[in-house]
Amino acid sequence: MPGFENLPLLSPEITLTIFALLVLGLDLAFKRLKDALAYVAIGGLILAIMLTAHLFGTQGSLFSGMLVVDSFALYFKIIACLTTGLVILSSIAFMKEKTPYRGEFYGLLLLATLAITLLVGASDLVMIYLSFEFVSLTCYVLVGYLRGDPKSSEAGIKYFLYGAVTSAVMLYGMSLIYGITGSTQLTVIADNFLSPSSPVASTRWLILPAVLFILAGFGFKIALVPFHQWAPDAYEGAPTPIAAFLSVGPKAAGFAVLIRVLLTALPAYQIDWIALLSGISLVSMTFGNLVAIQQTNIKRMLAYSSIAQVGYILLGVVAAGPGTVGIMGVLLFILAYLFTNLGAFVAVVAFSYATGSDEIADYAGLLRRAPLLAAALVVFFMSLAGMPPTAGFLGKLFVFGAVIQMGQKVFYFLAVAGVLNSVISLYYYFNVVRLMFFLPAKDETSLQIPRSLVVAVAITMAMTLVMGFYPQPFIDLATRSVVTVAMLSPQ
Amino acid sequence: MTLLQIAFLIISAVTILAALGVVVGRNILRNALALILAFLGVAALYLLLEATFLAAVQVLIYVGAIAVLILFAIMLTERLMKQERATNEQWWVVLVASALLAAILIFLVGAVEWQVTPTEIGGDPIANLGRALLTTYVLPFEVASLLLLMALVGAIIIAREREEA
Repeated sequence: MPGFENLPLLSPEITLTIFALLVLGLDLAFKRLKDALAYVAIGGLILAIMLTAHLFGTQGSLFSGMLVVDSFALYFKIIACLTTGLVILSSIAFMKEKTPYRGEFYGLLLLATLAITLLVGASDLVMIYLSFEFVSLTCYVLVGYLRGDPKSSEAGIKYFLYGAVTSAVMLYGMSLIYGITGSTQLTVIADNFLSPSSPVASTRWLILPAVLFILAGFGFKIALVPFHQWAPDAYEGAPTPIAAFLSVGPKAAGFAVLIRVLLTALPAYQIDWIALLSGISLVSMTFGNLVAIQQTNIKRMLAYSSIAQVGYILLGVVAAGPGTVGIMGVLLFILAYLFTNLGAFVAVVAFSYATGSDEIADYAGLLRRAPLLAAALVVFFMSLAGMPPTAGFLGKLFVFGAVIQMGQKVFYFLAVAGVLNSVISLYYYFNVVRLMFFLPAKDETSLQIPRSLVVAVAITMAMTLVMGFYPQPFIDLATRSVVTVAMLSPQ
Repeated sequence: MTLLQIAFLIISAVTILAALGVVVGRNILRNALALILAFLGVAALYLLLEATFLAAVQVLIYVGAIAVLILFAIMLTERLMKQERATNEQWWVVLVASALLAAILIFLVGAVEWQVTPTEIGGDPIANLGRALLTTYVLPFEVASLLLLMALVGAIIIAREREEA
């Protein structure tokens, strides 16, 4: 049968499926195994990362064009597995106190990872929609996981309602595209748009509304500004490790599928969507940063800060042209953002585990209570603000650089807006640093932080610094990930 | 006017009236019953279009499963059963929004030159569907089963009794 000879290309997904079912099954069979299951899940993720790395450089299309495997997708698969691995590491101690249903929790996280790995490779609208819903549904459950906590349930319901509406709108947009072109395959859609003889010409005016509808779905997933309202509530109410997961995993997947749809299916309309995305990006970063300043809860602050961050990343998509480093910048930025933002959230998990509080005011005097945690937070905030020598600087350098490479006045303006926004963001990031370093603590006892959280903070902090001090291997990796997709190539 | 057209008009009228009954009626249980009628009307429309399989699925899933689930949910929720009159203060907002949506949908159906398959698809529709699900669409088919498994586990976790930690 066609497609089946390429099955080895699917080995990371198959591994994730097996381990997800294994975790769910073991949880059912052995009641006392709960916390060991976290390590089984991490083992599965490490295996999946190794298989993905092994596949790097290969290319193929599977199941009659439903799924493509290329370095671009593989790059995002590694990001998804890394994210889930770190999230599981940071939830072991945290979830132990909150819920007895921990086996299912790790199983669902693995299934969410599987859904992301499918989404980043999907090259057919049917597959895109299905894996998109798979990611969303798993996330709704995970956000509302703490039944005893009304905030968690509220967050779950809000997230679900927003998600249901935006995905319905997205599906309508997809149906319009299908109705116009007669195909759900991204490459066929692109050919249909590009060939001058196709009947599509008479329906040209419908393309932009259709793209706008599809963008509503993707925008919800990555929390871009008109579709962002769920983010602060969901982050605040969700179990903190899940907030960390939401801020990185589904967002990276959303960017991957956005880039693939825009550059594979709609290159003929690049001028239109560049204008659209430039506006959204500008509004996202400005709004996110301005509202983040007023927050008193650290999870809400990080939620708004991540709305601003996706605005920066979107600049890279805007600058996705031949001869720019736009998409490469996006890849680097997302990797940097993975370590930095997860790190910041893991630090928040550690603080909230030890003190039970998420209020920014309670971070006062953290330097004396937990010096290493305070130092790590400083590194993460520097990276989020994009200061050298951290990973965040590298990401911003490439993204802003790509925008300037576009070489027109409008784009210089966008780059300047990005830099100004980074300056604004310094204010609220360093407000927390000021509290931690210079204000006295209400309670001087030192904090007890579980070992698994220490490991997670150490890994993310180390990677944030390594990417800043020694960026070459990461730049090479990102370059290799874009060259295989002709359209994305920087040459 | 042919017999088919007369049947179409009657069925559409019943469907639209039933759908109106779902949103206008004040008793939530009656709304749910009207919903069943609307679903059945849609199934009959599918039959008129000779989409027999779609009609069967519509009856099985929408009438059989979803409507019954809604009825169960209403009857098992004491607060809803006691509530005699369901009111909605924002009905005019909904009216404007749905009128707009209907206008856009009707306009788009007529205004766009949609792509149509030039050849007629022959053969048994169910056999064709089965073959497509296990060849071209085998990956979405399998992924959908994992999605359902996830949804089951997730639903149990969310709907369980309060945890005893």
